[in-house]
Amino acid sequence: MGENITFFVLMLDAMLRVSTPLILASFAGMFAERSGIVDIGLEGKMLGAAFAAASVALVTDSAWLGLLAGISVSVGLAMIHAFACVTHNGNQVVSGMALNILVAGLGPVLALAWFNQGSQTPMIADIARFKPIHLPFADKLRDVPVVGEVYSELISGHNIIVYLALGMVPLAAWFIYRTRFGLRLRAVGENPEAVDTAGISVTGMRYRAMIVCGILCGVAGTYLAIAMNTLFIRDMTAGMGYLALAALIFGKWKPLPTLLACFLFAFAQALEARLQGVDIPGIGIIPVQAIQALPYILTVLLLAGFVGKAIPPKASGVPYVKEK
Amino acid sequence: MAASDRGREASPPSGAAPPALEVIGIEKWFGTVHANSNVNVRVAPGTIHGIIGENGAGKSTLMSVVYGYYQADSGEIRVGGEPVQIKGPEHAIAAGIGMVHQHFMLVDTFTVLENIVLGVEGGRMLAPSLAAARSELQRLERDYNLEVNPDAIVGELPVGVQQRVEILKALYRGADILILDEPTGVLTPQEVDHLFRILAALREQGKTIILITHKLREIMALTDEVTVMRGGEVVAQVMTAETTREDLAAKMVGRSVLLRVEKGAAHPGAAFLEVADLCVNDHTGLARVKNVSFEVHAGEILGIAGVAGNGQSELMAALAGILPKKSGHILIKGEEIAGGTARGARNVRAAGVGHVPEDRQHMGLVTSFEACESGILGYHRDEKYNGRVLMDHTAIVADVGRQMEEYDVRPPLPRLRTGAFSGGNQQKIVLGREMDRDPDVLLVGQPTRGVDIGAIEFIHRRLVAMRDAGKALLLVSVELDEILSLSDRILVMFDGEIVGEVTQSEATEQALGLMMAGERQTPPQAPTSQENTP
Repeated sequence: MGENITFFVLMLDAMLRVSTPLILASFAGMFAERSGIVDIGLEGKMLGAAFAAASVALVTDSAWLGLLAGISVSVGLAMIHAFACVTHNGNQVVSGMALNILVAGLGPVLALAWFNQGSQTPMIADIARFKPIHLPFADKLRDVPVVGEVYSELISGHNIIVYLALGMVPLAAWFIYRTRFGLRLRAVGENPEAVDTAGISVTGMRYRAMIVCGILCGVAGTYLAIAMNTLFIRDMTAGMGYLALAALIFGKWKPLPTLLACFLFAFAQALEARLQGVDIPGIGIIPVQAIQALPYILTVLLLAGFVGKAIPPKASGVPYVKEK
Repeated sequence: MAASDRGREASPPSGAAPPALEVIGIEKWFGTVHANSNVNVRVAPGTIHGIIGENGAGKSTLMSVVYGYYQADSGEIRVGGEPVQIKGPEHAIAAGIGMVHQHFMLVDTFTVLENIVLGVEGGRMLAPSLAAARSELQRLERDYNLEVNPDAIVGELPVGVQQRVEILKALYRGADILILDEPTGVLTPQEVDHLFRILAALREQGKTIILITHKLREIMALTDEVTVMRGGEVVAQVMTAETTREDLAAKMVGRSVLLRVEKGAAHPGAAFLEVADLCVNDHTGLARVKNVSFEVHAGEILGIAGVAGNGQSELMAALAGILPKKSGHILIKGEEIAGGTARGARNVRAAGVGHVPEDRQHMGLVTSFEACESGILGYHRDEKYNGRVLMDHTAIVADVGRQMEEYDVRPPLPRLRTGAFSGGNQQKIVLGREMDRDPDVLLVGQPTRGVDIGAIEFIHRRLVAMRDAGKALLLVSVELDEILSLSDRILVMFDGEIVGEVTQSEATEQALGLMMAGERQTPPQAPTSQENTP
């Protein structure tokens, strides 16, 4: 019994760690798509931020400067996307994809040029990373059954970005549904003409949404390089940006369902690590690939209309061009 | 025409007060197109001012300049006698100008209240602005008789109510001058009446209203003064009481026009098109046509009236072989044709059916094609257009060129890009293509949507001539005037069903309007309603 609880707590603990960049990225996507911009470049922004954060942290020995660098690079990439898609009405998928390819190549090339260790950065010392924070009494309570275990293993012992990401969720929901910015954001993604005739700049709203998107992706990328791991590796995002988009669709572009979708996908990944090669009585060994594919299968089922209906913001993906 | 008795006797504008809105010498070019040329208009305060003109006459451009969408190349705008700079909608709003667009500028997923505060929230937090809007809305509703549930989701409201939300939006922004751009296009006659009552109430409260329309009837029924535009210029500004429909129409077109379609009695023959218990679902699986049965005979025009979106489009698509039918029968000259498949439209054409689709830009033509290519769509397999291997381009150009001459397409240049023709001329290309094969059955959807008066006259004459030649015509139109003047018999569709049938002689606008709103046809009652033309 106790062992099962421990197993479950450890699983949830792993889920929290894996879900953090997913949550940040899918909320980044939420701001972009709610404003009417499809951002397939979440992946590239995260990867760019991861490289920038790792490099700056290595050089300065400061995790916070690393975070700043990650955010700057990610926001920069978001601005390129906005310039192409909003100012010049470019194709949003093409622009996002182009940025992904650019960053996927540029990161390793620069890493090789600067650090000379193949297409990755050297290991980053602990001093330049975000380290786990041990909440008060975590150690003392460790032996208290269940509650203590949950507190010390699950709630305590994460780095600051995990807590930031979780705190960001209600904040983002509040922004989207309770503020003027949120009202305009939702409006510009549904009917930009209505926003324009109301005397609000569509371009301005979309640029602002992309800045938020860039910041969140920057934090996510930084987390990957200098919090969850200890270096930048080529392609270290490994499709997480696309998974975040899937979670966003699965969550129907709404904050709470999107958070739950991120948890679900992250849980599947945690499960995958746990179940690798484990012989489950009665079932046998489940192929890892089957679990890996789970988030994508769920998303396809959703899009095909088997798991409720996903209606995107109406103007999402459509450049706003004034008539005539 | 229940509104025709209202608002005629409104006092003429007093000479002393400055005009509520005055535009002086507005010039606007789009490339080489002179959209507005030295336009001068004075709108007296507290009146309803009509601006009438054909498509492309420059009325929408003028109003877009007033509302700040475009900057005029030169000219001046004065509000209440004071010159104002309007560089964007926000300046227009600040100057007290509100606009109700033809396509509503509403966010469908928002509530009425959220739509109303959008852009004028008055603070970073939503809750206080929504509360303030709610109480202000109650006052506006009281003053102007504009009932709307503030918490309803806009996308779920009927169009008439959505339009009220647009008006409320403008009033909430403190508009004293309200511009309505073609406001009645999507409304039932009853909704039009309601709108006119609201506008009359607004005028009584001292608001100034500018009504842009191409419908003479509305100008005569509602306005105090009218400005007529043609080819980017103002050709007349007259008091409504001192003019007539015929006079205005002549000014709009630049020559006198026939407003009524001249046609003799129909001599219906055999049933060329028979529809029995037809059910059609749209591509989402929703039932859009429900157990519809009717016949169209040789030598008659059967009109189908209804507010847009009540199954007419799906009915037409099924008859043309584009959509599969779910059940029922479609017989063309007694034979069932396999429709709804990849070859469906081709089979139906081969059986002698011409189809002028409702939406010519999406279904009737390819705007990026040359006119001669658009002019053979659907008939491109005809022997006369094809050589042994390649298409015979010379023959195509020559044949379409002949069609264009015959159907008065201007300019009659088969090598010109289809999109470069005006709406009316594009429609004539489609009509020419479909009528040139001399089909026994012609399905016509919205033949004159976005077509100017001169071309309407031409198209109507050709349709009547075809009927007189013993063909069967099915006409679907949301323009009640068109249905009333062209059809020999009229069916009314509501929510996928036929709710009534009348002959042309017994049809009245009121009766049709009620049926269009879903009221089932009642047995003919005593003729209590008054004459329906002014």
